[in-house]
Amino acid sequence: MIDTFVIPLLQIVIVLNATLVAVTYMVLLERKVIAWAQSRLGPMRVGPYGILQPVADAVKLMIKEDITPVRADRWVFTAAPIISMVPALIVYAVIPFGPRITLFGRSVPLYITDINVGLLYIVSVASVGVYGIILAGYASNSKYPLLASLRASAQLISYEVAVTLTLVSVILLAGSLSMVNIVNAQFNARVWFGFAQPVAFVIFLIGGLAETNRAPFDLPEAEQELTGGFHTEYSGMRFALFFLAEYANMIVVSSVATTLFLGGWLPPFPNTPALHFLYFVPSWAWFLIKSFVFLYVFIWVRATLPRYRYDQLMRLGWKVLIPLAIANLVVTGIVKVLIG
Amino acid sequence: MGEAIAFYTIAAFVLGFAVLVVSTKDTVHSVLFLVLDFLFVAALYVLLGAEFLAVIQILVYAGGIVVLYLFVVMLVNLKRPPEAHQDRNRRTKLGFGLAAAVLLEIAAIAAYSSARPAPATAAATGVGNTEQVGWLLYTNYLIPFEIASMLLLVAMIGAIVLAKREL
Amino acid sequence: MFDTNELVINMGPQHPSTHGVLRVVLRLDGETVVDAEVVIGYLHRGIEKLSENRNWTQIILLTDRMDYVAAATSNVGYCETVEKLMQLEVPRRARYVRTILCELQRIASHCLWVGTHAMDIGAMTVFLYAFRERELILDLFEEFCGARLTYNSMRIGGLPLDIPPGWDKKVLEFCKIMDGKVDEYETLLTHNRIWLERTRGVGVISGAEAAGLGMCGPALRGSGVPRDVRKDEPYAAYDEMDFDVPVGVNGDTYDRYLVRMEEFRQSLRIIRQATEGLPEGPIVGKVPRLIKPPAGETYHAIESPKGELGYFIVSDGKSTNPYRFRVRPPSFCNLQALPRLARGHLVADVVALIGSIDIVLGEVDR
Repeated sequence: MIDTFVIPLLQIVIVLNATLVAVTYMVLLERKVIAWAQSRLGPMRVGPYGILQPVADAVKLMIKEDITPVRADRWVFTAAPIISMVPALIVYAVIPFGPRITLFGRSVPLYITDINVGLLYIVSVASVGVYGIILAGYASNSKYPLLASLRASAQLISYEVAVTLTLVSVILLAGSLSMVNIVNAQFNARVWFGFAQPVAFVIFLIGGLAETNRAPFDLPEAEQELTGGFHTEYSGMRFALFFLAEYANMIVVSSVATTLFLGGWLPPFPNTPALHFLYFVPSWAWFLIKSFVFLYVFIWVRATLPRYRYDQLMRLGWKVLIPLAIANLVVTGIVKVLIG
Repeated sequence: MGEAIAFYTIAAFVLGFAVLVVSTKDTVHSVLFLVLDFLFVAALYVLLGAEFLAVIQILVYAGGIVVLYLFVVMLVNLKRPPEAHQDRNRRTKLGFGLAAAVLLEIAAIAAYSSARPAPATAAATGVGNTEQVGWLLYTNYLIPFEIASMLLLVAMIGAIVLAKREL
Repeated sequence: MFDTNELVINMGPQHPSTHGVLRVVLRLDGETVVDAEVVIGYLHRGIEKLSENRNWTQIILLTDRMDYVAAATSNVGYCETVEKLMQLEVPRRARYVRTILCELQRIASHCLWVGTHAMDIGAMTVFLYAFRERELILDLFEEFCGARLTYNSMRIGGLPLDIPPGWDKKVLEFCKIMDGKVDEYETLLTHNRIWLERTRGVGVISGAEAAGLGMCGPALRGSGVPRDVRKDEPYAAYDEMDFDVPVGVNGDTYDRYLVRMEEFRQSLRIIRQATEGLPEGPIVGKVPRLIKPPAGETYHAIESPKGELGYFIVSDGKSTNPYRFRVRPPSFCNLQALPRLARGHLVADVVALIGSIDIVLGEVDR
């Protein structure tokens, strides 16, 4: 009873709250890191060193006037940001922050659940998230957001193919679709899969940047772009949801990359007796540190690189990343058969 | 008991959304109800213990095929006036008659197959759903699999030929 | 197979990347630009007409406001034109200081150009780095003449003030800093594969065609035409300076970018020579109290950071105001090429092209 209902419920509450707080503070983190890269300070006024800036942003967005365009499809207009945000949140059901630990004499897993198609679940939920963008553009009842949203969603589904192919290579190495088993496979192999599959790792990172519409692949939502992007007509809390959904997706991609390629909750060079002192750092701390490194890299890349033009972006996805991912998959398969 | 409640609730949703798909006037809403329908069908698959199929249903159907439906519907923009929904050539009685005939046939098949002993299914060991499907697909059903992929390749080539301006 | 019709999209006049109030009406076929029509005039203030009611010294103020990014250059051009008509001799020290100020302006203008051009293509950080250096130059100007943007820093016959003590040392220090910073911009952009993909092959124009359209300045030099007023018709102290004029090869956006980046370094070279060799002497020549050029007309051009900035003045010899004051702004002439450059490219490239031509609307509209 407690194990099937109370503990998961508690975990869901904790994870959801932590994620939402993390997402709002991601906004501040991004502004700060980009500011430091550009030799300025970022938000400093609200709270010491600008710490309360997300609160100010949240209040501002909540008290803004709620504008719905005339003749826009009201239900779809309201549903689109929700459809964008929800998939990013429900992915956390399968992400393992750590192994089973004993807490207050109980064996408590540091993950909400472990279904045996965990990785596929993540991918499928991410593909449903595309609907938010398509519907946002459609529901605005205006030519330009519609075209922009179709372009953005075409970008998303193209890079989904490349990313899924890299995931298949990881599945080959791990022999299972369950997220916890993938981490355990890295434990048994004594190496993080990022080292065993460097090509897949790089493709996953690039694809992850493209999936979350981040620079250098953010042409569909760049301010300099003519059509203003798919969320032109959104204001107030609905816009906030889109905005937060983008950061939530970023955190999801970081978490998945950590679990699959950087060993999840494992310290570097897991399962080697010489480095046993690394277990002093708790497992979930390792997970958070690694995710944080990815998030920092995402922001760093945004501050540094210019933006790809849309046709160059699609060409990169289809003509470079997908063939590379397929080649990687074939090579991995051959090596696995030969070495076993 | 709980399973029965779950089944009937989900089935009710599936049927309800299916009715909405064909009855709603707005084409985009129709496609969206189809998506919801597929999601609930995936839930049915989970109830049956076919979790791989459920996830693939969402990934491929709801997340791929219907997205393409949506693209086409949005670009073609079928907002027809209400008068166009009154079609004089529509044979309503004949339609209902045919639907009733199909329903009877399905009921007959269901009754017949539940009367026969079920064929021995592979014992569901600790091996997950994915592995079983994988083994069957690449050994017993290899040829249908290859034919299906050929079909997809032909469809892709056809799409490119149609869309390209100069070849 | 399917009938597609053209889409007409309006860019501006209020737009984050049109560098001012510029309106471009694009006709698109899908995403390719079929034609671009440039609509200007949103910043027209009637400077040429206003100057008919100002005396010759007051017009210097008006020239500031045309190319407000490189105001000192506009000042120098105007003063030299009047000096040419009046056949005034400008002392050597004044000519040297004018050279230093013009080259500092060139660097400041190119800083702004590189910042906005990079930001339009997506590299936000270069914008802030470039403006950080521009601040250093603006500080130098503020120390010299008290203003940061509209300097009014020249007089007919010389300069209003001599440089403050220690100013030349500060200029040399700035040159040392700036060298390293130009390397920083180049590290971020020049060999960056995304930058190369966005700028190589975009907006290619041949030298002959560019010259035929009236282009000038780095935009023309990017297409391989080695025309630079500082070399061809030297003014101020340029005949005594040793510098090179960078010339591009392919005539695309990347070459125009490379030309301007090299101009940074050449300007630093000129500034160093001029500051180290600054002669002593008076800062303003023998100028009558009331400036009344003899009747006649003259045209004189200088090389502003945007291109060949020319002034044509007509004096009727009797009044203290010009009869006609006409400016040949480089941005206006370069902007003519935008439809020809944009044809056949994608919408996202139009933004890159506007940045590559480097226009200032104050100059285009006057």
